[in-house]
Amino acid sequence: MFAPDIILAAVLNGLMTGSVYALIALGLTLVYGVLHIINFAHGATLTAAMFAVYVAHTVFRLDPYLALVIVTPLFFGLGYGLQRFVIGPASHGEDRNILLVTLGLSILIENAMLAMFRSDTRSIDVPYAFSSIDLGFTFLALPRVLAFGVALLVALLLGLLLTRTDTGKAIRAVAKEKTGAALAGIDVAHIYAVTFGLGAACVAIAACLLMPTFYVTPRAGNAFVLVAFTIVVLGGMGSIPGALIGALFIGVVESLCGLFFGESLGQIGIFLIFILVLLVKPTGLFGARA
Amino acid sequence: MNATRAYLPAVALLLLAGLIPVLVAANTVLNFIVFTLIIALAAQGWNLLGGFGGQFSFGHAAFFGTGAYATAILQARYGVNAWAGFAIGIALSAAVGWMIGYLSFRSGLRGSYFALVTLAFAEVFRILANASAFTGGAAGTLVRLDMRPENFQFASRAVFVWIALALVGFVLIMTIAIGRARFGAWLAAVRENEDAARALGVDVLGVKLKAITLSAGVTGAAGALYVQYYLYLDANIAYGAWISVEALIAPIIGGIGTPLGPVIGAVTLHGLGELTKLFAGRIPGIDLVIYGALLVAAIAFAPDGIMGLLRKAQRRKDADKATDQNVTEGTL
Amino acid sequence: MILSVNTVTKRFGGLVAVDAASLSVAPGSITGLIGPNGAGKTTLFAVIAGFERASNGRVVFDGHDITAEPAHLRARRGIARTFQIVQPFAGLSVVENIAVGAYLRHAGRDAAQEKAREVADLVGLSAMLGQPASALTVSGRKRLELARALATQPTLLLLDEVLAGLNPSEIRDMIPVIRQIRDGGVTILMVEHVMQAVMSLCEDIHVLAQGRIIAQGTPGEVAENTAVIEAYLGHGAARRLHAAGAAHA
Ligand SMILES: Nc1ncnc2c1ncn2[C@@H]1O[C@H](COP(=O)(O)OP(=O)(O)O)[C@@H](O)[C@H]1O
Ligand SMILES: [Mg+2]
Repeated sequence: MFAPDIILAAVLNGLMTGSVYALIALGLTLVYGVLHIINFAHGATLTAAMFAVYVAHTVFRLDPYLALVIVTPLFFGLGYGLQRFVIGPASHGEDRNILLVTLGLSILIENAMLAMFRSDTRSIDVPYAFSSIDLGFTFLALPRVLAFGVALLVALLLGLLLTRTDTGKAIRAVAKEKTGAALAGIDVAHIYAVTFGLGAACVAIAACLLMPTFYVTPRAGNAFVLVAFTIVVLGGMGSIPGALIGALFIGVVESLCGLFFGESLGQIGIFLIFILVLLVKPTGLFGARA
Repeated sequence: MNATRAYLPAVALLLLAGLIPVLVAANTVLNFIVFTLIIALAAQGWNLLGGFGGQFSFGHAAFFGTGAYATAILQARYGVNAWAGFAIGIALSAAVGWMIGYLSFRSGLRGSYFALVTLAFAEVFRILANASAFTGGAAGTLVRLDMRPENFQFASRAVFVWIALALVGFVLIMTIAIGRARFGAWLAAVRENEDAARALGVDVLGVKLKAITLSAGVTGAAGALYVQYYLYLDANIAYGAWISVEALIAPIIGGIGTPLGPVIGAVTLHGLGELTKLFAGRIPGIDLVIYGALLVAAIAFAPDGIMGLLRKAQRRKDADKATDQNVTEGTL
Repeated sequence: MILSVNTVTKRFGGLVAVDAASLSVAPGSITGLIGPNGAGKTTLFAVIAGFERASNGRVVFDGHDITAEPAHLRARRGIARTFQIVQPFAGLSVVENIAVGAYLRHAGRDAAQEKAREVADLVGLSAMLGQPASALTVSGRKRLELARALATQPTLLLLDEVLAGLNPSEIRDMIPVIRQIRDGGVTILMVEHVMQAVMSLCEDIHVLAQGRIIAQGTPGEVAENTAVIEAYLGHGAARRLHAAGAAHA
């Protein structure tokens, strides 16, 4: 069928795509782990971040990697505010309401992008878009290699933040037992918002890493987030290592499916995995939390 | 509440709505009404499962699309009569509903998980329909234009309004009847607390399966109606997220778990949508921005939707009347 | 015997919640199941009613082996249970809550509603029929729990601490209600911590401790049983108690 180096190249490419998936999935799984809800606005947040990077580049001539320094804190703040002042108060503490409120926000944000930017496909030109690294048997696109490195670094930093800092400990306490945490003096509403902010920041970083090689439309985020849902379910809802491994795995599966079956059916493969995992073992393959 | 009082408002509303095509002949108005009724029907389907049964589907497009594609393909490819195609389309979407329900409810999926899995099924169907030659791929499927009643095509839009109204009315009355029957009580029990329901002899899986099958059939009918009216279909119309979203928002805005809620919600949403277009011009997506904002606002401020607000106002009026009476009685 | 539990074991992972427990309930009786907290009483109820699968052993009801039957079918056979932690349908009114139970034997709306009203009357909820269940007090919720189960017209009623959380006067009101239910032909198996109620209501008592049945007999026999006193009050308690009793005498 295919020569080994073609397959190896596909695997490497899959790993690099997977690393960006990982960032998106990390945000999703973090929010799930703490608030125990699925943030359906995650995709729209990614889209918004991609447009932010696009605007930063076309209007302010800012390189996407430099924009990272601005867009990430900006989205942290947006995520924080959204949870603290919209999602939290609007849902009256009911999970089902959070589900619907985040769905409403996603519809709102996505279509606001559509109203502002229309449905055209937009991309930015950066001089290094086609730079690549020669591995002998294949070329790897430099921006994707960079994305891989940054994504892993961010995952590592996030892990450190959760285990080594006071905020991280508070987040984990709330995730485990929110009433107990509240009794211990932790401001649960604040921690929820911080978690949401972190989720949005992850997505903002992903947007910066994606834009040099990818394009944005008002629906661009959705495709990624559906994949991220799959990853999060696969890795075990709320599990950070699960999201990381799941993302790399899905990246490779997608790349190989694309190689063997063509693009659109490659996507089907992901959804079928998703449905199967949900139906057979909703706690995730890598069996994190029950 | 006695039986007459339960059905009266619905029947009166239907009869009034039936008069509209007699009074208004403008095509744009009739178009608007048919489209709104199609959405209302899809939303009525969602409401049976989501509102009465508490299982929130984010993928009712799977049923809308199946009803639509089946009706279209049976006519276009196999020369099946349109009315028969319509009926088979409904049956097939009900079957798809049963299948998705069986797979997910048997695995114990609830809440976000159920929402996710329905979303994923709808997406799988969309991608398959978009890629497969059988459904006409990305180019879509056309139903041959031949305006004859036996083809479920009518030269007069008024007839279509009546047919759509009849379907919405039928489901409305069916929903009221369910709400007053044992099945409705069991659905509510399953929604409120599955363990307690089981303890009282409710077959939780069976009740959910019945609900999703019925729900899918109704939303499938909306899809079938859509294709008979527009005579064209592609994967993004049939299985696109737009219809999943419409089917879910309308009942929540109108009043979740109430028979009239989905209809009131659909009319409100599309009325507002048209108004925005009037004022803001044809900016793409602007109506959906409003839908999204309304969904958030409804959950924040009116969790029982418009019906809930109406009920509250009614109660306040009754209470006022009562106090007035007391006051007069007191003074006398 | 209307119910026989034969060497039923229930494990949760490594934890043995019920350990080869056997008991039987005579038709028409009020049988008690007592034991310290965490003894496995609620778990045993869950196994009998079909909410937990027994890891081992058999449950026989009315001559039928129901060990593998799902909960709703057991309810149809005539087993009804209440929940120690009350589980009202919070969004429904009191009468709607009870009607869900009544629909098990009455397909029509009017018949079910009438049955619901009748049961509400029996447990003293008639004044609150139209109220949302979420508006009930603790004692109201306990009554609702009982009413819903009764509305299914069971032959065996499993009551899990229906008196817990009630004040003494409410308990005094409930005791005759329970007796009246039994006199109406319903066999009752009850878990209860309120000893005065157990002693006055039950003809036969089984004692569960750490998952095992450690004693069985009439209220008088059980109260005298050394193993039972030790299970409740700790090792050596029986001896100290007897010594104290002797000193008084
Ligand atoms: N679903 C469950 N999973 C794990 N352990 C359980 C579960 N239900 C009960 N247990 C454990 O089984 C033991 C018996 O509990 P329970 O039956 O509630 O006791 P009781 O009703 O006599 O107070 C306890 O140690 C409890 O923690
Ligand atoms: Mg207990």
